[in-house]
Amino acid sequence: MAKKTANGLKQDKDPARPLLNLKKRRRPGEIVIQSLLFFTGFFSIFTTISIVYELGKEAWLFFRTPAVNLLEFLTGTKWQPHIEEFGILPLATATLVTTAIAMAIAIPLGLAAAIYLSEYASKKMRNTLKPILEVLAGIPTIVYGYFALTFVTPLLRSVFGNDIVEIYNTGSAGLVMGILILPLIASISEDALNAVPRALREAAYGLGATKLEVAVKIVLPAALSGIAAAVILGISRAIGETMIVAVAAGAGPNFTLNPFKAAETMTGHIVRISGGDLSYDSIDYNSIFAIGLMLFFLTLTLNIISQRFVRRFREVYE
Amino acid sequence: MTAKENRKKRIESSMRPGDTVLYSPLSNLSARNRLGRTWQLVFLSSTIIGILALTALLLNILDRSFGYVVLHAKVDPATFAVDGLPLEEQTKDQLVSLLETELSSGAFNKLNNEKSFEERSRAEVYALVIERLVKYEVEETWPLFESITNSGEIKAYAAQEYPGDKLTFISWLTADFISRPQSSEAVTAGIRTAILGSLWTILITILFAFPMGVGAAIYLEEYAADNWMNRVIRTNINNLAGVPSIIYGILGLAIFVRVLEKLTSGAVFGLVDPTTANGRTILSAGLTLGLLVLPVIIINAQEAIRAVPQSLRKASYGLGATRWQTVWSHVLPNALPGILTGTILAISRAIGETAPLVVVGASTAISMDPSSPFSKFTALPIQIYQWTARPQEEWRHLAAAAIVVLLALLLSLNAAAIFLRNRFARKY
Repeated sequence: MAKKTANGLKQDKDPARPLLNLKKRRRPGEIVIQSLLFFTGFFSIFTTISIVYELGKEAWLFFRTPAVNLLEFLTGTKWQPHIEEFGILPLATATLVTTAIAMAIAIPLGLAAAIYLSEYASKKMRNTLKPILEVLAGIPTIVYGYFALTFVTPLLRSVFGNDIVEIYNTGSAGLVMGILILPLIASISEDALNAVPRALREAAYGLGATKLEVAVKIVLPAALSGIAAAVILGISRAIGETMIVAVAAGAGPNFTLNPFKAAETMTGHIVRISGGDLSYDSIDYNSIFAIGLMLFFLTLTLNIISQRFVRRFREVYE
Repeated sequence: MTAKENRKKRIESSMRPGDTVLYSPLSNLSARNRLGRTWQLVFLSSTIIGILALTALLLNILDRSFGYVVLHAKVDPATFAVDGLPLEEQTKDQLVSLLETELSSGAFNKLNNEKSFEERSRAEVYALVIERLVKYEVEETWPLFESITNSGEIKAYAAQEYPGDKLTFISWLTADFISRPQSSEAVTAGIRTAILGSLWTILITILFAFPMGVGAAIYLEEYAADNWMNRVIRTNINNLAGVPSIIYGILGLAIFVRVLEKLTSGAVFGLVDPTTANGRTILSAGLTLGLLVLPVIIINAQEAIRAVPQSLRKASYGLGATRWQTVWSHVLPNALPGILTGTILAISRAIGETAPLVVVGASTAISMDPSSPFSKFTALPIQIYQWTARPQEEWRHLAAAAIVVLLALLLSLNAAAIFLRNRFARKY
């Protein structure tokens, strides 16, 4: 009689052999699939390695050219490739100015919006306001660039005067960048504020604190690491932001801290140089990799710090 | 001695050193509440400022998508009148013969080959006559609000400054604008080439990033043990999600455009002319954007897979299914709406990305529609960037119209994502 066991093996009449074969069956198909899946998972490591390798290689070639040395690169105040002056400072200060202005807008507004949404807004209000802020975050940055150039710059020029504010200026780029980063900071900070346990709030209310006192003196300090994470992430985003500055901040490096003057940021410079006719292995080609490498490590460091902060606030309350 | 002072004395006498008064009738409660209300207003207005910015942004674009223009005809349309019959009233046959006589025979035949004149409607032929013979040029433009509020002054100004030229109120965003290829004249420029370029690029991006991203998410959620290797992969994906998009552009330039030039230019397949081919193609751009959105897709897909309850997997294993059978037949179908929603959101980010495409593509003026992954291309955001960068106002109006198209595209994608989420969302 040929009975079938549960695992599909024919029952053997030999009593010495077990009824069920419990040994793991070989499944070549499963192994192939698992390897493929591992490859897709590992691919991201490969991406990171290529970023570091390619940026590093070309940047190395850049620093090896006789016209460039590292010290001059880091401290030089002129970036003029045609006369072989490669000082990163004019590009770096422009990035600094736009980032500082953006954060001066985004941190207070974003934080205030987060406090409002988390502590004050009714559920209905929150469900209307939050998606609108998220729409802001979903608009392509080129549209923000257009907005900066055709709306904010004319506005600044009419307020401060045409002789003071140039047609391209870092100020309007920074302002608009602040609007772009506002929802990012609001959203992450709100998550952090929401993660603060209710018990802390109730205790403070029980002691007679007002709503503002609970929000500012109890909830805000308790969520500080999450808010710090949001701010750092915002800074990293502002440094790497490209299209707004490419459109509105101006072309041509300019060593100035004046937000009403045109100045090219690191990202803006990369876009302008690579938008033209760029031949491989020219010094221009290599220089964008050197700038890119700096950007990469700068933003990577900020992102890692931000993740540390996020982990801290999660460990405390979840 | 008032009651208040009495209370104060009583409380102070009952306090021990180190005690703080958090709420007492003495501390000025109404002032504290007033402060609270003031700050509530501050918090609310910060939120409102964000919304006002969004409104200003949208209105600004709308403002520049319509308005008055002064059009100057290079050739006065009156010269084409036949027997006193102006151009607008001529029949289609008259217009065709006009084109035949005025254009070179080569140009005429080329038009005829694109679409024969029998098939073209009168309106199309009329548009051709305007485009090829009359050749309008934009002299000056006004945005929408100014056109409405100040129309009398604009009319007077135009009549004085541009005598003989035509002042018309136009919409920069028209069906023609969407269906025409790029051109060097603002009046005849369109975004068909750019839209097709964007669609081709996104197609490549999806084909690359969707399977890779979902695969990686399945690996991390269903297969990966908690060892250092997989922790490194996880951390790395989070870090990649924060890398600025321009870095991906540089990477694409180095890897896809340069190192893999033979592949991305199509030379390996012998499809293109090897002397002119280079790696700045749709394929390179699509792959670059693919790398860019990969971490986003992975993170979203991981969340969707994590949301599938453990009991489904256990039940499947209990019936003797293998790991892949469980994933394929139970986990994936349940996670799919979430995965798709995440992918659509990632794709809508890719459509709006400009910086990496400028670095990879760098095509300035392309008027040929892309026909394969190995075509040179331009994309909608690049077109917007280039038009915005031009100093003349008319191009900025065109950029505004192109932005409307881009935003409409993104809006419909996001609506699709929300629809998917609501339609298939399951609560366990």
